[in-house]
Amino acid sequence: MSSIGTGYDLYTTSYSPDGRVFQVEYAGKAVESSGTAVGVRCKDGVVLGFEKLVISKMLVEGSSRRLLTVDDHVGMAVSGLLADGRQLVNRARDEAASYKEFYGEPIPGKVLAERVAGFVHAYTMYWSVRPFGASVLIGGVDKDGPFLWMIEPSGLTYNYFGCAIGKGKQPAKVEMEKIKLNETTCREVLKEVARIIHSVHDDVKDKDFELELSWICEESGWKHKMVPKELAQQAEEEAKKALEEDMDDE
Amino acid sequence: MKTKPVAEPSTRTQQPIVTGTGVLGIKYNGGVMLACDTLGSYGSLARFRTVKRLEKVGDFTVVGASGDLSDFQKISSMLREMSTSDSAYDDGCNMTPRDIHQYLGRVMYNRRNKFDPLWNELVVAGFRDGKPFLGAVDLIGTMYEDDIIATSFGNYVCLPLMRKAGTNLSKEEAKQVMENCLRVLYYRNTKSSTKIQIATVSAEGVEIGEPFEISTYWGYSAFQHTEYHGKRL
Amino acid sequence: MPSYMPGPGVDVSDPALGTTIMAVEFDGGVVLGADSRTSSGSYVANRVSDKITYVSDKIYVCRSGSAADTQAVADMMRMYLGMHSLEIGKDPEVPTAANILNQVCYENKNYLMAGMICAGWDERNGGVVYSIPLGGGLFRESYTIGGSGSGYIYGYCDANFRKGMSKHEAQEFVKNAISLAIWRDGSSGGVIRTVTITKDGVEREMVLGDKLPHLAKGWCP
Repeated sequence: MSSIGTGYDLYTTSYSPDGRVFQVEYAGKAVESSGTAVGVRCKDGVVLGFEKLVISKMLVEGSSRRLLTVDDHVGMAVSGLLADGRQLVNRARDEAASYKEFYGEPIPGKVLAERVAGFVHAYTMYWSVRPFGASVLIGGVDKDGPFLWMIEPSGLTYNYFGCAIGKGKQPAKVEMEKIKLNETTCREVLKEVARIIHSVHDDVKDKDFELELSWICEESGWKHKMVPKELAQQAEEEAKKALEEDMDDE
Repeated sequence: MKTKPVAEPSTRTQQPIVTGTGVLGIKYNGGVMLACDTLGSYGSLARFRTVKRLEKVGDFTVVGASGDLSDFQKISSMLREMSTSDSAYDDGCNMTPRDIHQYLGRVMYNRRNKFDPLWNELVVAGFRDGKPFLGAVDLIGTMYEDDIIATSFGNYVCLPLMRKAGTNLSKEEAKQVMENCLRVLYYRNTKSSTKIQIATVSAEGVEIGEPFEISTYWGYSAFQHTEYHGKRL
Repeated sequence: MPSYMPGPGVDVSDPALGTTIMAVEFDGGVVLGADSRTSSGSYVANRVSDKITYVSDKIYVCRSGSAADTQAVADMMRMYLGMHSLEIGKDPEVPTAANILNQVCYENKNYLMAGMICAGWDERNGGVVYSIPLGGGLFRESYTIGGSGSGYIYGYCDANFRKGMSKHEAQEFVKNAISLAIWRDGSSGGVIRTVTITKDGVEREMVLGDKLPHLAKGWCP
């Protein structure tokens, strides 16, 4: 960390001599140590998955959710500091509601992503605030079909077919690239998402995790819903089996 | 040219412009039913002939409205927003028909305290815990529950008919009662029409039917001749 | 002119669009129509006014009520639609425009005298017509009429409107209806302006006051 001790990393309001804003990069580090979020946009909808690291054996199953609903047609996956991410979810909910009130139709993915990104970016420009230590995936279906956007702590936003954020983003992206996303259905991709999250999870170093899966497709009534329990379990078992077979091959 | 005082008192209490008339609600065995016509009146002008005045809220509630339709559209969008955020929380705890009734009561009462009322009489019908719910709210926030409810002109014309029918009815019988009530309402209310809509709420959820025409009867023999000073002419 | 101010000894008041306006959906687009009279009480303040106002490339509004209020509302709409199309990177759609108009008319109902029609064409919905009456409220109709003159032509329009008319038929329907309204409504008059919107663009037409179609044949030559 060449930035430490230089004095250029104390505020978002000062650049380093080579033009970097270290506080924003540190916020990015908060995301990189978090559980992995995976988002996949396929031909008939969007699937989101999250590797929720369980901090205690006594934690109630299903609590501190990482996949949250923004509007009927939009879901969000939060990687990084959950408290920060929830702030973004709340903001996204407000944006979606006010858009629907004024324009009389659901907010398009692009507009939502850009507005939330603008909000995130504003927190990189004042000494009095701390950038968000969270990245989010925004997935859903609008008039033009399925969409998937990612927002970084810097306030940048990107439109993806498939995207991963958090600790295991690199190997997850490599795995995702192998799937032909615009030929695959949400149903088919469920077990792929489960498999990717299981494969990037480090059983040795990391704590146990709970797999969260949500989707928006015809089967969910074009609404963002958690994948039904039986289906999610089935996908997880298939994923584990596939991973074991891979191990055996090697 | 008329002379008016230079400053008139300012007022916010508006008047209804495009209006809907009576909404009827009745409990039956295993559910509750709402019915109303689809006319949007502009004064006595039958301006909009197919306006939907029944709104689904959540999975087990319907709200019907008489009075100003722009205000009802506003109320509908408030309820839609509320049920969207309710389901977004995904905490397994959803608004009950009674919650919605209570909420509307607060909204209406708060607005009347600003001397800016939402000019409606609302009927809330729902089903929860195996029991039907039927309640009403008016433009000043008066609330009540009953087994049969009618708003505006329906109070005079339909309520007696509904009371006579009782609530020990099958769904089909309840539908007949509602159709007949709206038919009689049409005979006696200048701001009603024969195009009607019926919604039911039961354990299966909400079902809002498409608008349809009801028949009217003009075959009484007494209608065939007229009398003048007690003499047939 | 406020009524407490001294003025000519005739009935003269704020310019208002005692008007006939209408819009009709047809196969592939919409026709909007309006008369051109703006009066201040009994005085004709403008005999060639344009009550069909541009709000975006393929969406127009017809204005009735207070001229000042409806112009201000149309200006706001133009601003909101401009910002909206920049944000979505596409042309705005008619239902969106109508919703914005309703939002403005409804939330300011205590301060406005505005009865408006919003109509246009977009890729997703085709030709669409909305009515936003006095106190606000959004009502979709396959054709709609408005303004003081409309009261005289409900019968004619209900009897002669058909769904799925051709462009020409819809234009003739609008011209006939408005000329009949002008015939009976003292607050409507002048020329008939029409705006026809299809996927191919916008056409404006004007029928001069001495060339109006004359359907009331029993009366004059």
